[in-house]
Order: sequence, then C-alpha cells, then structure tokens
Amino acid sequence: MRSRLNLYALTFRLPIIVWQALFFIGPLIFVVAMSFFVVKNYRMVETFELESWAKMVSRDYVWSAYRYTLLMAGSAAALATLLAFPAAWFLAFRCSARTRQLVILFLIIPFFTSYLVRTFSWYTILAEAGVLNGAFGLFGLGPYKMLNTAFGTLTGYLTLVLPLVLILQTVTMANIDDRLIQAARNLGCSPARTIRTVILPAGKTGFVIAALFAFILSFGDFVAPFYLGGSNPPTMPILIIDTTKAGQQWPRAAVVAVMMMLTLFVIAFSAIMYAYRKRASR
Amino acid sequence: MTLFLRAYLALIVGFIFLPIVVSMAFSFNDARFPTLPLSGFTTIWYETIFADPDFWRAAKNSLIVSGCTCVIATFLGFCTAYTDYRYSFRGKSLFLAIILLPPTIPLIIIALAMLAWFSRVGMSGQVVSIIAAHTVLTAPFAMAIIRLRLSQIDESLEAAAWNLGASEWRAMREVILPFCKPAILSSLFLTAAVSFDEFTVSWFVSGLNKTLPVHVLEIVQGTIDPQVNAIGTLVFGVSITLVVISQLLIFFRLQKAAS
Repeated sequence: MRSRLNLYALTFRLPIIVWQALFFIGPLIFVVAMSFFVVKNYRMVETFELESWAKMVSRDYVWSAYRYTLLMAGSAAALATLLAFPAAWFLAFRCSARTRQLVILFLIIPFFTSYLVRTFSWYTILAEAGVLNGAFGLFGLGPYKMLNTAFGTLTGYLTLVLPLVLILQTVTMANIDDRLIQAARNLGCSPARTIRTVILPAGKTGFVIAALFAFILSFGDFVAPFYLGGSNPPTMPILIIDTTKAGQQWPRAAVVAVMMMLTLFVIAFSAIMYAYRKRASR
Repeated sequence: MTLFLRAYLALIVGFIFLPIVVSMAFSFNDARFPTLPLSGFTTIWYETIFADPDFWRAAKNSLIVSGCTCVIATFLGFCTAYTDYRYSFRGKSLFLAIILLPPTIPLIIIALAMLAWFSRVGMSGQVVSIIAAHTVLTAPFAMAIIRLRLSQIDESLEAAAWNLGASEWRAMREVILPFCKPAILSSLFLTAAVSFDEFTVSWFVSGLNKTLPVHVLEIVQGTIDPQVNAIGTLVFGVSITLVVISQLLIFFRLQKAAS
C-alpha cells in the first residue's frame, strides 16, 4: 500500500518507537554498558573498564554455573521434547479437531496460573515429609529425597515449558499435509517409520522452535533451580540475583546477563538456521 | 495402543495440572505442613491473608499495575498491528522487532536491565516503573491478537470509506476500530492477566511498592506457609476469569467469522 508519511501514519508509529526506546532498548543497552562500569566505595562509577569482566571470567564458580545452566536447560528442552511427543502425536492424529482444540484451550490455563505458586506447590509435593512421600508412605515406601536435587530443578523447568512444547508440537503435527501421511500408509509404512521419514522432517521447524523456547525459558528461570534445586549448584540467573540483591555488585551481574544474552543469541541463531535450512533448499 | 496413548496424554496433562490442584486443595487444609493424608478442612489461611494489611496493599498495587498496563500495552499493540497491516516502509522489520523481541529475552535479564535503567533515570521503586516494564513485556501479546483480527478484514472496506469522503481518522474511528473491538477487548484482558502474574521484573523494580506475586515471593522465601496456597488460589481465580473472558471473546469472533 501507500507509504506516504503524514501525521496519521506517524501517530501509529512514533509512540511505539519512543516508548520502546525508553523502556526496552534503553535498558538493554544500559545493561551492556553497565558491565564495563566499576563500583568504588559502594557507588557505581560510569566508565569503561574491563574490571568486572576480568573478575567474573577468571572465577571458576561462574564457569561451573554456566556449564550447569547449559546442561540443565538443555536437558529440560530434550526431556520436554521427548515427553510431549507421544501425547502431541496422539492429539494430532488420533483425536478429532474438536477434542484437539479443547485440550489446547485447557493447556493454555497453566500460563495464567502463577508459576511461583505452582513451584511452591511442587515444593510441598516433593518435600521430605511432603505429599508424594506421604503417598509413598501409605505403601511403606520412601521417603525419597527429591528436593534440592537436579530432579527437583527439572520438575520445575518442565512445569514451565511442557504445556508450551506440547501445544507447539500438536499444532505442528496437525498442520502437516494429511496426504503425505496417507501416502506413507498406502505404501505400507509402519507408524514408527512414518514418524521417522515423514512427520519428523515435515515438522522439523516446529519441533526445533518448540525445543528452543523450552531452552530459553529454562535457561532464564531462577525459580525452579532456587526453590526446587536449592541453588545447589547455582545457575546463571541465581548468580544475577545474588550479585544484585546481596552484593550490590551490579556491574558483575551485568556481566552474567551479557554472557547469558550472547549464549542465547548464538543458540537461538543456530537453532533457527537449522530449523529452516531444509525448507529453503526444497 | 490408543488406550495406552490416551493414558499417557492423561499422565502428561496430570503432571501439568498436579501443582495447581494440590495448591487449591491445601489452601483448605488445616495442617501447618501440607502432606497426605489430608487433615481437616479450614478457611484459616484465607482469614489470615484477608486480615493482613500487606496483602491488601499488594493486591491494590497489582490491580493498579495490571489495570494501567493492559490499557497502554493494548494501545501500543494496536498501533503496531495497524502499522504492520497498512504500511510497508524501510526498516519495518526493525520496527516490528523492537516491539516483538521482549518475550525472547529472559525475564531475569530484563529485570536487571530495568532496575539499573530506572535507578539511572530516577524512576526507581515506583508503581509507574512496574507499569512501564510490564507494558514492554505484554505489548507483543496485544499486537499478536489484534494483528490476527486485522488479517481478517476486507482491505477494501477502509478504502471504500476514504472514497466516500471519510478522512483517514474517520475511517479509523468508524471502520477499523469497530472491526477490531473484540480483539481489543480480548487483548485488554489477556495483557492484564499476564501482568497480574509477573513477578521477576516486579520483584527487581518494585522497591517498597510490592505487587501480589512479589508478596508471595517474599513469603515463600521465609518458610513453608500455606497462606501461599490461599493467595495462589485467589490469584488463579482472578487470572482465569480474565483469560476465560478473553478466550470467549476470541471464540465468539471465530464463530462469527465462520458463519
């Protein structure tokens, strides 16, 4: 359409540019800049020095937190992808469109219940004297230690990402051209082989994007590793909280934030390249 | 096979909903520490929170924040959606990126960035700062909902209005806005619900003006307190009402589009 610039067009463009510059771009640039500031006598001095970077990059605990966060977020993404797949497949191919819509509608509910309260609820479920161990006790089992372990952290991550991954996978598979699957079946393909040779390649983009979302959300979440994993070992988001809230060392927290952003940028970029690569060549 | 998969689906959905159900159940359970088997029924946790002035202060802040956030975010979302629908110009993808990008950045990073930025520009610890932060976080959802609606409009409608002598403003008022009304309403409720539940950014920027989720966060940090279950259930009630209204608006819109 016409792209004549007038007062009318500007009314719908300028407010957003100004607003996002003030409250989104500004803060983001500032946090990058802040990683080069230094703290002197409990006051932040705006300068350009590599002091905080040098300090953080030379610490072992930063790198072990970094590796641990990558590992846990990666595991959460992989687990969510694997766990959701059979359910999504069932919803996409063995349910009516109406049932599918209803289940998806139902799965949206968790996004609007407080994640914090759900985590607290898991805390009471997984605790030593909690609901699950109480139930085990009725059968003379346990108690098992589930809190303050990697298991606890992963449970929290999955609570956060599983509904999203399940919805995205279901929608992806429901949108695969039905004729492809019919053709595979007519040619004598078993369901397992159909999944491998038809569904996985056709839905690649959707599956990768779903896993990427799961990774990003888990990577940035502090609630699950803090309350269910007991901060032991801490993850990158917990380092940010500790250095900001307790130490007043904002520049160091900024270093951690920038490390996280760079990592996510690289991972998101490679995942998206991978997700769309085959599509383009076809 | 089908039976097995159905059971598996039920298991996954069960896992997703277990914490929600448990939280609701134990908000009426009179044991100090929640475990099985359930002990007696009580409303003491609700009475405790209703008698707590901190709860009311936080609830008031939450209402103000999500009330203001939803209006501003929906306005921003509408402007972006309309610009995307009607215009093409150089740098449009950059323009769209600056409003659509926030959900892809971890909240903890946005929280730190906002905290530092607000204290730099002298806006720290105010309710306004939470609102500003929340509008950035929720505007993309508003944009998505309204853009979806705009993709259903017959493009010649607006042009027809111009040809009949309506100014662009009048066409906006009498053609575009009425057409988008259900999406705008839906967006208001949805962004309010998202804002109402957000705690990471609120926790960092709120200072003394705590919102309800921040209040919960601070209780949770101390001890195991079944109060949290009661607050959670209340908050769930509010959010789900907002979402159901929002979903119903979308649903009826689709029904209308189909018929």
